[in-house]
Amino acid sequence: MTSKTARRPVAATPANGLSFGSLLRRPEAGAFLGLIAVLIFFAAFGGLTFLRPAGMSSWLNVAANLGIIAIPVGLLMIAGELDISVGAMVPFGAMTVAVISGHYGMSIWLGIAVTLAFGVTVGLINGIMVIRTAVPSLIVTLGSLFAVQGIVLGLTVLITKSTSVALAVDGPAKAIFGDFLFGGQLQVMVLWWLALSAAYVFFVHLSPKGNWIFAMGGDKVSARNAGIPTDRMTILLFVFSSTSAAFVGMCQAILYNSAQVAGGQSFIFNSIISVVVGGVLLTGGFGSVVGIFFGTITFAIVNQGIYYTDFDRNWSALIIGVLLLLAVLMNNTFRKMALSYSPKKK
Amino acid sequence: MTTPILSLQGVNKSFGPIDVLHDINLEVRAGEVLCLLGDNGAGKSTLIKIMSGVHKPTNGTILMDGLPVAFDTPRDASDRGIATVHQFGGTFPLMSIGRSFFIGVEPTKGWGPFKVYDRKKANEIAVKAVRDFGITRIFDGDRLVGGLSGGERQSLAIARAVHFGARVLILDEPTAALGVKQATHVLRIVNEAKRRGLAVIFITHQVMHAMAVGDHFAVLIRGAVAADFRKGEKTREEITDLMAGGASMASLEAEIEGFVASHDRHLPQVAQR
Repeated sequence: MTSKTARRPVAATPANGLSFGSLLRRPEAGAFLGLIAVLIFFAAFGGLTFLRPAGMSSWLNVAANLGIIAIPVGLLMIAGELDISVGAMVPFGAMTVAVISGHYGMSIWLGIAVTLAFGVTVGLINGIMVIRTAVPSLIVTLGSLFAVQGIVLGLTVLITKSTSVALAVDGPAKAIFGDFLFGGQLQVMVLWWLALSAAYVFFVHLSPKGNWIFAMGGDKVSARNAGIPTDRMTILLFVFSSTSAAFVGMCQAILYNSAQVAGGQSFIFNSIISVVVGGVLLTGGFGSVVGIFFGTITFAIVNQGIYYTDFDRNWSALIIGVLLLLAVLMNNTFRKMALSYSPKKK
Repeated sequence: MTTPILSLQGVNKSFGPIDVLHDINLEVRAGEVLCLLGDNGAGKSTLIKIMSGVHKPTNGTILMDGLPVAFDTPRDASDRGIATVHQFGGTFPLMSIGRSFFIGVEPTKGWGPFKVYDRKKANEIAVKAVRDFGITRIFDGDRLVGGLSGGERQSLAIARAVHFGARVLILDEPTAALGVKQATHVLRIVNEAKRRGLAVIFITHQVMHAMAVGDHFAVLIRGAVAADFRKGEKTREEITDLMAGGASMASLEAEIEGFVASHDRHLPQVAQR
């Protein structure tokens, strides 16, 4: 089978970049088909209410809050790491801004700056611990999840004698971080989510550094030997994820004018589900930002769509579970297709 | 005679109380293949790691072009033109050929903060580099590396090393996991690398493969160079013998051959439980 091709001149990349087959081989193929399936399912059982503005804002809000965290969590997964401490970073972010700007009544901008600085700090600690100790990042971030939870509960009760802190914000800070758009129900967070997603797409898929993330997840030792600063990249990605989680918590506190010490736990599993449904390989090296984006929307629609159907909403977890398993199976199939693909001899 | 590109002089390596390598003296010249033979545990991997900058020798010197050098990191070694290709090619199964070829040195287009990865250019260069090594079945740089055969992956890794200016190519058991045909493929590429004037250090425990490409052989036993000879100075049996550390292997082979000859060309049956 080689003899015929041996004389062939070097061919440029085939130009069939948009064929159906090549779309299926992309990491986000499964996520996109899953999204279509979920849309059809809920349109059939719940009518089109959830596609009208009010319905759409309900799942877009969920997707935005989750998506800002899911993308960096997904990038870590592509790089071969996990971060579950985001579950504690959300209340940590909310509480930090509420205590500084609510309880102590200081400037909201100071609260925002300190919150983000804390997010960066926890990310640095996570990242440095992972690269210095070589303990699996699941365990390291499990530790920091509990440690941060403890800090949030302990310090909040110590400072405010309460587990819930009120925060009143108005002016530009409210408009930028925690308000509804057009006086409707759509949170300003949705715009942040879209902008950040676009930035991540550029960073991961277009800038040369994105290549490094995939290489790290594929084979960390080879990546390091190829001269990629794997330690710095790992730390950077942990900083992204914990800062994003603190950012989401902060925006929620500004939006709802209060912060609770609990909550945020759901972000751990929900972000992982979105990422895996989005076609990222749990063991790293494969995935895409667009896939995670679709995965997040899919999750949010299942999460919210159930309210627009006649089903008892207690069943939504079942649907999510089944969806996750189906998505993983489908993604495995598409990945195998991508691996075994070789262009036809012309 | 020309100065060797890479030479080791009196290199010792110990990890704490354990001596792994004693007094290793080796050299390799441009356009020459040095085969490093040895059984498992003979210290081959440690020696590779010293040459590729992963470990530092406890004492002894490494010379490149006659001048002493010290590698602090694998990057130092690769900057000086020493490239190591591991058994599975050290490539990334789920990345495209173009992307994995340019890991760490991605070609870009555009300007300032908006520099983007130049996929087309990367694919073209990668595909051309591999095809120049005679792998004509690769012509789409978007294919995933994991979809290539073991031999093609090795070839890709070797082509990559050569493209980025390697002068010394360290191949760590490149044929160990391959079938006969694939292994032949890799051996042909080793010859091509040699023809282009690279110094190749070929690590293997398959004597046949070593004899097919080697100019110079060194047998490593328990961390020391037990024999150092040039092509044609020893027979295959003698080399196998040396590697096994004595006459035991030769007598076992003779025994099996005797059995095959006297039993109608059947190999001995393994006892059934």
